[in-house]
Amino acid sequence: MIPTIYFLILSAVLFVMGTVGFLIKKDLITQFMCVEVMLNAANIAFIAFAASSSSLEGQIIVFFVITVAAAEAAVGLAIILLVYKQKKTIKSEDSSLMKG
Amino acid sequence: MREVFWLIPFVPAVSTIILAVFGEKLSKKYISFQACGAVFVSFLISVYSFIGLLKLSPEQYPVVKNLFSWIHSGNFQANLSFQFDPLTAVMTMVVSAVGFLIHVYSIGYMAEDRSYSRFFTLMNLFTFSMLLLVMASNIVLMFVGWEGVGFCSYMLIGFWFEKHSAANAGKKAFIVNRIGDAGFLLGMLFIIVNIGSTEFVNINNAVAGGSLSSGLVTLIAILLFVGATGKSAQIPLYVWLPDAMEGPTPVSALIHAATMVTAGVYMVARMNVFYTVSEAAGFIVAIIGAITAVYAGTMALTQNDIKRVLAYSTISQIGYMFIGCGVGAYAAGIFHLYTHAFFKSLLFLAAGSVMHALSGELDMRKMGGLKKYMPYTYPTFLIGAIAIAGVPFLSGFFSKDAILTAAFAKGQYVVWALGILGAVLTAFYMFRLIFLTFHGKERLDPEVKKHIHESPPVMTIPLSILAFFSVIAGYIGLPVVLGKKVNWFNNFLKPLMPPIHETHLSVGTEWLLILISIIVALSGIFIAYWFYLKKPDVPHKWVSRFPFLYKLLYNKYYVDEAYNYVFVRPAIKGSEFVYHKFDLNVIDGAVNGTASGTGFFGKVLSYLQTGFIKDYALVFLLGTIILLGLLIF
Repeated sequence: MIPTIYFLILSAVLFVMGTVGFLIKKDLITQFMCVEVMLNAANIAFIAFAASSSSLEGQIIVFFVITVAAAEAAVGLAIILLVYKQKKTIKSEDSSLMKG
Repeated sequence: MREVFWLIPFVPAVSTIILAVFGEKLSKKYISFQACGAVFVSFLISVYSFIGLLKLSPEQYPVVKNLFSWIHSGNFQANLSFQFDPLTAVMTMVVSAVGFLIHVYSIGYMAEDRSYSRFFTLMNLFTFSMLLLVMASNIVLMFVGWEGVGFCSYMLIGFWFEKHSAANAGKKAFIVNRIGDAGFLLGMLFIIVNIGSTEFVNINNAVAGGSLSSGLVTLIAILLFVGATGKSAQIPLYVWLPDAMEGPTPVSALIHAATMVTAGVYMVARMNVFYTVSEAAGFIVAIIGAITAVYAGTMALTQNDIKRVLAYSTISQIGYMFIGCGVGAYAAGIFHLYTHAFFKSLLFLAAGSVMHALSGELDMRKMGGLKKYMPYTYPTFLIGAIAIAGVPFLSGFFSKDAILTAAFAKGQYVVWALGILGAVLTAFYMFRLIFLTFHGKERLDPEVKKHIHESPPVMTIPLSILAFFSVIAGYIGLPVVLGKKVNWFNNFLKPLMPPIHETHLSVGTEWLLILISIIVALSGIFIAYWFYLKKPDVPHKWVSRFPFLYKLLYNKYYVDEAYNYVFVRPAIKGSEFVYHKFDLNVIDGAVNGTASGTGFFGKVLSYLQTGFIKDYALVFLLGTIILLGLLIF
């Protein structure tokens, strides 16, 4: 049995990679993938805790997260497609319509 | 007695509502029929209730009909309730009878007017307000009628509001009345606070029973009288009445004869217990009335506008009514109110008929010799003038004499002397009016002369009826010297009035007083005859001999100018100052400051909105880290 701490370290590393990737990348698709990485990092943490405390709640939450991620992927990709249609680019710096 | 008298104000009220809502769609014929009919029905109910009242014994006065509880708050209670007693009976019959005749006359006078339905709506509302005022059994409901007549006078004086002067006159009437109303309102509040009841019966009993200190009674009496000076156009608040001539002539007749200006006299008579308990207040009422009677009479001497002469004569006659009330002869005051209603409405309507004939001409200098053109208007006008001048055997003589005798009997010789002086003036200026208008040389514009015509029957018939009553109305109140029984009017009102110490005048003195009255009236007429028919150049000579006096009278003692200078101008200047300094800077500044401050902060905060997703994400991350840090440590 692998100790829980390893899973958590993996989860943390993945999460930080996702965050940093989201912040430094300019490509909307890449940023979007980084968000997915962060979600899955969280999933790993959930699963690890569920396994160590041998309860089902953690696993159930993971299903929810996967569902949300699927929905988010559908909406997010649709938005990116529309942004591309409008601006002929998917660089996030080029979209600042909400500037105050 | 069947208690149907609450219908008296109710019928014109319903008619007003119908006319106000559907007036524009109804035919002129129907409007005239309904408006006049409503007032006539009120008159019939008044007479019916009056007959019922005669069968009651004085202990049963007043008959009160309580419809429902209107305001009930703590100790304060005001009902929608009406009462009927001799005073109310006299007032309702006078108001509805004279009001009805004026309504009928208006059908002819206003026939060509664009706003026919608006006119009759307001006339009905006016009649309703006055009937409400005289029938209310408590002071709060009376105040509603009191304000109602004020409002209607404003609307009707400014009826032709396209004319600047008419709109201003309406405004003036309303504002001057408000000053008086403030006094009335204060008096009313004092009564409510100190007596705790609004019903006249309770107020009467409380004051007569001596439950108020004498200072308080005087204060309340004077405050109420301030209200009366506003509504009844006495010194110092008379200035609105001459300007009120801007309204249509039937309105002037209604204001002067039936509704509005008599309200103050009625109120003082209704509250007579205050003026009886407080000698000082009674004296003030009498002296103000006497001064007004002479003062207004002098102003009428030099006016050239036919309606203005009549306006000043009303102020003067109301002064007589207040003399009567002030010396404790309330019945005499109300008697004069009743006779005055007939001859003054007659004079106004006849003057309106003259105007009608002369295409709206008001200036007496452009009249003269109208006698032969106006075979109905002239004799009726003459009867009105004789009646108001106080020539024996016509109504005005009996009522004026009753007042002056009462003043003399009370020992108020100054008041009596002023009254006599006023009587000379009255006779003089009324006959000056007659001679300038109907006699002498014709001074008409040729253009006007082409269209000259006698008025239609719908106008002359009311004139004839009013003339008839101007002659006979006085015979229900003959001088006491002819016997105790003959003054039926006095005996009818007696149960309501304070027990006056019977006049201690000897029969000889009474006859002497009557003789003086007669001489005074006839000499006034004779002087006018001498001045304006015999020697038409005498007035001019007098004018050139006393130019200052003439100018003073012609300009009405410069009172309007003085009021303007002392009250109106400072008020306007002060308002302008406050407007510029306080309104524009402080109030507008606060409102605009709030708006621009909010805008400024919004602008500053909007710099945080960069529109870049990454910035938001970074802030989000930082926030999360801070929250986590707080959770952990």
